[in-house]
Amino acid sequence: MAESKLDLLQGTLDLMVLQILAAMGEQHGYGIARRIEQVSGDEVLLNQGTIYAALVRLQQRGWIRAEWGVSDNNRKAKFYAITQRGRKQLAEDAAYWQRLSGVMGRLLSMSEEGGEE
Amino acid sequence: MKDQIREGLQRVRSFFRKDAMDRELDEEMASHIEMAVEENLKKGMGEEEARRQALVRFGGEQQAKETHREARGLPWVDMVLQDLRYTFRSLRRDRGFAFIAIVILALGIGANIAVFSVVNTLVLRPLPYPHAEQLVWFAGNHGQGGLSGVTYNVSSYEEYAKHARSFQEVTCYQAFWGSTEYNMTGHGDPKHVQAVMVANNFFHMMGVNPLLGRTFRPEEHAKGAALVSMLTYPFWQREFGGDPNVVGRTIEMNNKAVTIIGVLPQSFDFASVFSPGLRVDFFIPAYMDEIRNWGNTVAIVARLKPGVTLGQAQAEANILSPQFRAAHPEPDWFMEYTADLSSLQDYVTGKLRRSLFALWGAVGLILLIVCVNLSNLLLARLASRSKEFAMRSALGAGRGRLIGQLLTESLALSGIGATLGVAIAYGVTTYLAHQGSITLPMLNLVLVDGAALLWTLLITLLVGLLFGIVPGLILSRTNVQESLKDAGRGLSEGRGHDRLRSVLVVSEVALACVLLVGSGLLLRSFLRVLDVDLGFQPSEAAVVDINYDPGAKGEKIAPSLQQILAAVKAVPGVEAAGVADMLPLDRDRSWGLVNPSREYGKNDQQSAIVRIVTPGYLEAMGIRLIEGRDITWQEVFDRAPVAVINETAARYHWPGQSPIGREARGFSDKPGRIIGVVADVRVSSLESSSGPEIYLPASIDPEGAQLVVRSKLPPDVLTTSILPVLRRLNPAQPNNTFRPVQSLVDRSVSPRRFFVYLVGIFAALGLTLAALGIYGVISYSVTRQTHEIGIRMALGASGAQVQRSVIGRTLRLAGIGIAIGAVGSIVIARWIESLLFRTEPWDPVAFVSMVTLLLAIAGLAGYIPSMRASRVEPVIALRHE
Repeated sequence: MAESKLDLLQGTLDLMVLQILAAMGEQHGYGIARRIEQVSGDEVLLNQGTIYAALVRLQQRGWIRAEWGVSDNNRKAKFYAITQRGRKQLAEDAAYWQRLSGVMGRLLSMSEEGGEE
Repeated sequence: MKDQIREGLQRVRSFFRKDAMDRELDEEMASHIEMAVEENLKKGMGEEEARRQALVRFGGEQQAKETHREARGLPWVDMVLQDLRYTFRSLRRDRGFAFIAIVILALGIGANIAVFSVVNTLVLRPLPYPHAEQLVWFAGNHGQGGLSGVTYNVSSYEEYAKHARSFQEVTCYQAFWGSTEYNMTGHGDPKHVQAVMVANNFFHMMGVNPLLGRTFRPEEHAKGAALVSMLTYPFWQREFGGDPNVVGRTIEMNNKAVTIIGVLPQSFDFASVFSPGLRVDFFIPAYMDEIRNWGNTVAIVARLKPGVTLGQAQAEANILSPQFRAAHPEPDWFMEYTADLSSLQDYVTGKLRRSLFALWGAVGLILLIVCVNLSNLLLARLASRSKEFAMRSALGAGRGRLIGQLLTESLALSGIGATLGVAIAYGVTTYLAHQGSITLPMLNLVLVDGAALLWTLLITLLVGLLFGIVPGLILSRTNVQESLKDAGRGLSEGRGHDRLRSVLVVSEVALACVLLVGSGLLLRSFLRVLDVDLGFQPSEAAVVDINYDPGAKGEKIAPSLQQILAAVKAVPGVEAAGVADMLPLDRDRSWGLVNPSREYGKNDQQSAIVRIVTPGYLEAMGIRLIEGRDITWQEVFDRAPVAVINETAARYHWPGQSPIGREARGFSDKPGRIIGVVADVRVSSLESSSGPEIYLPASIDPEGAQLVVRSKLPPDVLTTSILPVLRRLNPAQPNNTFRPVQSLVDRSVSPRRFFVYLVGIFAALGLTLAALGIYGVISYSVTRQTHEIGIRMALGASGAQVQRSVIGRTLRLAGIGIAIGAVGSIVIARWIESLLFRTEPWDPVAFVSMVTLLLAIAGLAGYIPSMRASRVEPVIALRHE
């Protein structure tokens, strides 16, 4: 592994989880973790175990809910789904991230070109 | 915001469902790994490799659990609990330290809670009546002249009640209720009972509702009305077993039928507020027309209108009293019935406030000494634990976490100490509340209540932080890692550290010095009070309440008293016997006494404390006859207007001449004659000197009869030998027992004794703690300097020299502490000056003796370690390192 992986910024993981649940519907913890790895093209440094702290936090805030079920290959697993309030939160956080990354993008491109436009 | 509350609640919930949630997480993680393994297998990995890869991707399982717990629960509480567990483990390891620390804390905190409970009940908390802040006490005659001076006659009470606009209500009670005798018959054995006459609106104004029945009606206060009474709660319980059907029953008081119309609630304790140390059994209506001619007998209490201040009411009273006087030319309006108003609370406990605050200050000092002592102990402990802290630090504990650990320990200690302290305080307050012999108001109401527990919490936190903070600061300044490298002694090595311990000892000694000098001054005052010339001899004298047949008025009294006294004197062991209506330091009243051939100014004293006595009373009480003679039985039978007066009265009314045989007026319708002069007798307290006193023959209707017997026999022997005699002469004689006359003195000095004992106990506690502190520090420094001492001795120093240097250091520390403490003592002494009696605030005896005591104890505390130092064997000491 030549290049080091991206460290997750504070709060990013929560947003990722919400987005995945919103886009893909009910998922178990393993499914969510795999999904993050796939989308990021293995660029993100993620210990899969840390996802459970994010899941319990989101659950306590009422943004997702969980219940035990059976997976495709007949294994008992806890399934998570986004709630109405979770969607609202997702919309807010996503808008924030887009604004921030837009600003960061413009700022960084400016410096790359070595001066003013 | 709502989300945050929800999250908070969820976290609390998770905190208590720790195990269930951990299990669920375990299950979830297990299924996670299995799914990962399965996927890896599908990718074609071998069984072992598939599992290894899955675990790698998952990361640390333990770490996942930790972050999960942190995210869901209360990590802060978890940390504290962990620290606590650690604390208890380490305290269990160090039992000796824990035991000493907890005992010291329990004593310090317990004393504080107990004193706070007393202060709170007596001074801080309002009196136990609704809107007690509105209640006002009227003091007549500018507060002078004892109870007789400050009380009012019925007409002046009625004038205030009618005209004063500042008050919702003005009421009164008969203040000399203790001097009226009631003999209850028709319900078991005959008994003396105490009854208070109150005005019609008394209970209404005080805001008291009867527990059973009703209160008095206006018409029941008229002369000739059917006799009614209300029972106090304790009397109802004691005599009627709490019978709910008691209302409507009839009892006999002084051979008259009286109907019980109500029972007062337990919460209304009249005596504990208005006459501490006495007991009330009944309330009866004040028959205004009957007591109108009794002179000053009623005490006025009033309730301010809402919004009216005490100052406004006072201004109104100042205007009213001259008007009243102008409107009343009649002779019984013999004084200006001015009114000095104070809140009832001030009247009841105002005099005690300073004593109580002094007591409070004393326990505060104790608490400070406790803190200093524990700081020292913890400091010593910190030194021996430096390795442990270095180890924890190396394992990743931050400095904040280590200080947190120290504070957790000190708070845990103070918490345990406080718990025991509450138990101690509970015991002490329960004891005090049942101490009938201490005449402090509302002492029976003292208990460890919610406010006291709150106070406990506050001082516990404060103490824990205070004594934990010093070691914490040391720790925060030290590089803990260093001590791991260090060979042995660790944290406490530095000179600065030593200085800090010295500063602690010095402050401890200074605090103890202030405490000791203060208590020394109070103790000396107390001894001075006990040393006061009472004017009578309380030892070898006993007294019993006798009933001489209340029906007998006028002529019949004297023969019956003479018969009783003759029979009593015939009892073996009785040296002298006499009867008086009231005893000194117990009850009193005043009548007029003037010399008709002397000019009197407006402010000159024209009244005297009166005692109605039989021949022999003066001898039985041991009152010294200075001049003239005692009253004779013939004078009693003849109803002769003769009087024995005290020295003060003689000097005041007949200055420069002997009053014997002179004419005197004011106490009799006929011109009176002085037949004797006796020593001054203390009337209301040991501290205040006597005014004019006068003894009149028992031919005047006495209000009660106290039989005083002088005998070497103890009171209970007198009870068994004399009471049957009294019973034979008078079957209605109540079943009373002899009490020593000394008990009057004891009761009178009981508040002062109470304060002196408490302050003395606190001073002893402070001294012990200071001694422990000195011992700890010196002993520790000797241990630490063993090596150095060894070198000195190897170089030729003798054991005695080493010992001298250790004791010298001890005394130097103590000396500095005492110097600072002496300055503090002077400040404190000035502040408690008003509590002292015939003792200057800079009383050299108190100062010198207490400073010497402190130095001696300090020397002793240093002597033990110094002995150890002098026995150091140089060879062993030098090999030691």
